[in-house]
Amino acid sequence: MKHQNLFRAAAQAAVGAVVGLSLGLTAISASAAEVDNVGFVYVGPVGDHGWTYAHDVARKKLERELGVKTTYVENVPEGADAERVIRQLAASGSDIIFTTSFGYMDPTLKIAKQFPDVRFEHATGYKRAYNVSTYSARFYEGRAVLGTIAGMMSKSGKAGYIASFPIPEVVRGINAFTLAMRKVNPNAEVRVIWVNSWFDPGKEGDAAKALIDQGIDVITQHTDSPAPLQVAQERGVYAFGQASDMRTFAPDAQLTAVVNNWGDYYVERVKALQNDSWRSQDTWDGIGPGMVRIAPYGDAVPAKVRAVADVIAQNIANGAVHPFAGPFKSGDGKHSVKRGEVLDDETLLGMNWYVEGVQGGQ
Amino acid sequence: MLQLVKRPQPSKAMTYLSPLLALAITLCAGVVMFQAMGVSPGRALHAFFAAPLASKYGWAELGVKATPLVLIGVALSIGFRAGVWNIGAEGQLTFGAICGGGIALWLHRAETGWVLPLVLLCGALGGMAWAAIPAFLRTKFNTNEILTSLMLTYVAILVLSLLVHGPWRDPGGYNFPESRDFSESATLPIILAGTRLHLGWLLALAMVGATWALLARTLVGFQVKVIGQAPAAGRHAGFSLNRMVWFCFMFAGGAAGLAGIIEVSGPIGQLQPSISPGYGFTAIIVAFLGRLHPLGVLFAGLLLALSYLGGEAAQILLGLPLAVTGVFQGMLLFFLLACDVLIHYRIRPRRRMSSAAA
Repeated sequence: MKHQNLFRAAAQAAVGAVVGLSLGLTAISASAAEVDNVGFVYVGPVGDHGWTYAHDVARKKLERELGVKTTYVENVPEGADAERVIRQLAASGSDIIFTTSFGYMDPTLKIAKQFPDVRFEHATGYKRAYNVSTYSARFYEGRAVLGTIAGMMSKSGKAGYIASFPIPEVVRGINAFTLAMRKVNPNAEVRVIWVNSWFDPGKEGDAAKALIDQGIDVITQHTDSPAPLQVAQERGVYAFGQASDMRTFAPDAQLTAVVNNWGDYYVERVKALQNDSWRSQDTWDGIGPGMVRIAPYGDAVPAKVRAVADVIAQNIANGAVHPFAGPFKSGDGKHSVKRGEVLDDETLLGMNWYVEGVQGGQ
Repeated sequence: MLQLVKRPQPSKAMTYLSPLLALAITLCAGVVMFQAMGVSPGRALHAFFAAPLASKYGWAELGVKATPLVLIGVALSIGFRAGVWNIGAEGQLTFGAICGGGIALWLHRAETGWVLPLVLLCGALGGMAWAAIPAFLRTKFNTNEILTSLMLTYVAILVLSLLVHGPWRDPGGYNFPESRDFSESATLPIILAGTRLHLGWLLALAMVGATWALLARTLVGFQVKVIGQAPAAGRHAGFSLNRMVWFCFMFAGGAAGLAGIIEVSGPIGQLQPSISPGYGFTAIIVAFLGRLHPLGVLFAGLLLALSYLGGEAAQILLGLPLAVTGVFQGMLLFFLLACDVLIHYRIRPRRRMSSAAA
């Protein structure tokens, strides 16, 4: 049975590759329509108030709006365990499974081969199959808005950036923030501290303290806990929320937050499965389609700054402005983008160099 | 008031029964906890202990999850018996994965049968090399090996991170921090078709047998027991403590390195920034849960592995939060330690007279 499935999956993948994707896709049995259960695999705890929390908010929206049952497994390490968890979800009746971290990429593909009738949605990866889609958000668009606000609000011209791992996603965010900040204040600099973790409130808080001691007066982060905001609140500097609106943790310090809005996408994809129109695809949406949102501004943000930030967000949304439009160059001088040029998606997806003004890139 | 009084002779039978007793009390406490949470205790315990083992795949996963725990736990138990405190098995695991994985990447085009043995050997040697640092510092400068071995864990993880973010990155991987996938010839064979159970499980079982034989049948094993129980007697008999430190570190380092390379050349299949969710630390619990006895460690490793699988099943089947698994594991350890205390001590009500006499 399993071998048959495997063979079928392999055959379909081959057909898809040779005669184009659409033909391979029509080969999926038309047993869709009924969606009994939707599975979610989370890398962190649902209470992280960051990345995983945002996915869980979206899961609840899915339950509410479509009335489907959902199942989640939290804190799944990105190693040998992921494959088992994904398989358990597939074997226990999930019709579509969202695997919400990059490290689940190969395990997702492996299980997708073994369960050709189950659909998979992998967040932030780049490998697809006829029953595996990928999706991510252009968070850098939101970070460009934050950078603009930081540039206008910072008195010292120094911002702190608490970063997790030097993967393209994070590097891109640092660069987008820095470029936007330096557009407002050409002398601005962004100090990066790497904490080598996605979620470690202790380390994140310590990093925030270290940055503040170095004289920065606005903090942003690419880690998931609200700890840096709490430190910012205590020490009287500004900060930005990560992945969700973290205002409750720092009512005075939070200027705004980049909110990851996965809910609309999840509803759309499960609906597509119910209508039998689900296809393997790659989604990379930003502020325009609403996958990235800017949280309501904090009281500390003056009307003038709000107006500028709104315009930037609007222009990014309608494509009039691109956060990676030249001219700019990398800190080491090896890369330069001329006026009128815009970095393409391919370059952005593999970005591993830092723009001028970033201190502490790896 | 109550007073703990040391028993002159702990009961032999209870020493072996106490883990079972602790398990039984944990189950009872679990029933109370689930009742309080409004979950049927029968269904919850079924999800934790029976559901993961309802299929061949489930049994195989138990082996996959237990492999590193047993392999490291059994080797650490030798050191713990001799009073050598290697807390850094996680680092030795990581460095083993780096060394073996490096060979696998270097030979990714080689299609011959000797690649895998070479990869495994380099993994074990890598773990030993990492373990040699605290052993050297301890024997040469009398440095506390608990500290050095623990701190070196973080160094090893950073070395791995540096390599997969830099020179060992998959050239076709969009600069994501992962190596390329290992070739077929550097991947552990599956020993049960349709599952992920790999050769590493047999190596773990072999390790259990070898450690048992070492303790029961060899002079080194005898020395381990003597030095652990009566260091003065060991010195008097002319056993070298330094040699014992070296032996324990090499033994555990080799096993941890092997466990590391087994993880990456088995279920993971490539090098990535995180390869172990703390197996090297959990193995310390496994070693003590198993009474530092090879067979005990085997069962303890399987039990802990089952509790992880059960935690996943409880989330999937009942929607219970992961924290419940943590509470469950915590209760098991708590009751085990409590039982231990009561084997070695008995509780006596403290009378007013005795305190006056003292």
